Amino acid sequence: MKKINLDYTAAAPLDSRVVDKMIPYFSEHYGNPSSGHLLGEEPRRALVQAREEVARLVGGDPSGVIFTASASESNNLAIKGLAAAARKKGTHIISSAVEHFSVLNVLKTLGKEGFRVTLLPVDSDGFVSPEALREAITDETILVSIQAANPEIGTIQPLKELVAVAREKGVPFHSDAAAAAGWIPIDVEELGLDLVSLAADQFYGPKGAAALYIRKGIRLRPLIEGGIQERGLRAGTENVPLAVGMGEAAKIARETMKERTVETAALRDKLKEALFEGVPYLHLNGHPEQRLPHNLNVSVQFVEGEALLMRLNMAGILVSSGSSCTSQALKSSHVLNAIGLPPELAQGSLLLTLGPGSKHEDIPYVVEQLKQVAELLRSMSPLYHQYLKEGNRNAPVQ
Amino acid sequence: MPQYSDKVMEHFTNPRNIGEISEADGTGEVGNPVCGDMMKFTITVKDNRIEDVKYLTFGCGAAIAVSSMVSEMAKGKTLEEALQITNKQVAEELGGLPGNKMHCSNLGADALHKAIEDYMAKEKAQS
Ligand code: FES
Repeated sequence: MKKINLDYTAAAPLDSRVVDKMIPYFSEHYGNPSSGHLLGEEPRRALVQAREEVARLVGGDPSGVIFTASASESNNLAIKGLAAAARKKGTHIISSAVEHFSVLNVLKTLGKEGFRVTLLPVDSDGFVSPEALREAITDETILVSIQAANPEIGTIQPLKELVAVAREKGVPFHSDAAAAAGWIPIDVEELGLDLVSLAADQFYGPKGAAALYIRKGIRLRPLIEGGIQERGLRAGTENVPLAVGMGEAAKIARETMKERTVETAALRDKLKEALFEGVPYLHLNGHPEQRLPHNLNVSVQFVEGEALLMRLNMAGILVSSGSSCTSQALKSSHVLNAIGLPPELAQGSLLLTLGPGSKHEDIPYVVEQLKQVAELLRSMSPLYHQYLKEGNRNAPVQ
Repeated sequence: MPQYSDKVMEHFTNPRNIGEISEADGTGEVGNPVCGDMMKFTITVKDNRIEDVKYLTFGCGAAIAVSSMVSEMAKGKTLEEALQITNKQVAEELGGLPGNKMHCSNLGADALHKAIEDYMAKEKAQS
């Protein structure tokens, strides 16, 4: 049976070079980097090298890289860690409405602990406005946390402008770059970022390998206390094979970024054009150009996303959706709500993300299948029947 | 995607009785407050029995399977019998529904009952 993965940001296969590089560190070089003897030497060397590669991906200093187990952990460490360390200076934190839950839920908790949180709104493309940020900053503000790009609608934030505003006021800036790193250039020096969260699995490295980049001089309180691994910011024996995997993936991502992202964006644009040509009543979510090269998010009007997803799955096309019916909490995507998408369109949203197995040849099949599935589900949709009766009144917002 | 029973998948894949009866004797429409989905049932009635039943559904895989199952269960039944169909029965007939999909089964029987009540109200108004 056909299997066309269009859900690569959920999971992608590891680059084989990454796997090869990791393998010796499971059993051959199994030593503990903290050991003073012979066995610690090679793992220690490998860890240094991995740290350098991760730092290079974001143009930073290797000593600023703290390995973690997920971007969620990195976000927790950045925000909770800074909030705890800077509490005496102030209790106000600014973020945005479209952040990942590992930012939003941390802020919710901090809100209960006496911090004041401002979530900046986004416009219909998903952009945070630097002006709005400027107005939100007070003398009490200790941190601004805004993602580099949105994992769902792909919109890339004007990070340079946003960071400049925070810098002007002397407020540290954290960016969750999990979705963006490896896909758009993130340079901590050029952008002026103080804290950056990264996840290896978003650039074909292993799951469970992630990092927080911390600029020199930024003080955090650790979440996990114990030994002095990772400069005392994350106790626990280092996971050398995973760090090595992340380092190698970062190296490949950096070296291939230009070519890979141009090719991927071209393929994505082809897919987008073919879909809009072949399937009526589609709506694009996120900004048309300022978006991650491997991300496409469309709403299929008049139908619900889980039904779409299941039908496409039966045809061997694997996608995800921001519909409330696909979420455990039965809530539609907070990102789609934040950009002001009407609920029916949020219900019909499909997230398509490209990866190493994506090819031009698959596009016609995907278009044909989505067309059929949309037709079938529309034929049983009360919204579509109503639309046919009442005409254009409910036409999609283009 | 939740783990659906074979029966749910079968109804989802081949939903029966899709559509809207244009000269319906009764119409019932419900919206799902939990997730924002909808269902519309139309019926024709002859000699106190549901002669034909069709539905339109905007909802998840479970909601589509539920509406299809309800339409099958209702067809040919007397109005009284059809009013006895419960959401629980529908879920059972479908071989069970995942926990957080139970609410989708509420739509089906509710929409059917509304259509029957609509018919009964019209009948009453005429007599
Ligand atoms: S109709 Fe929304 S979860 Fe079933």
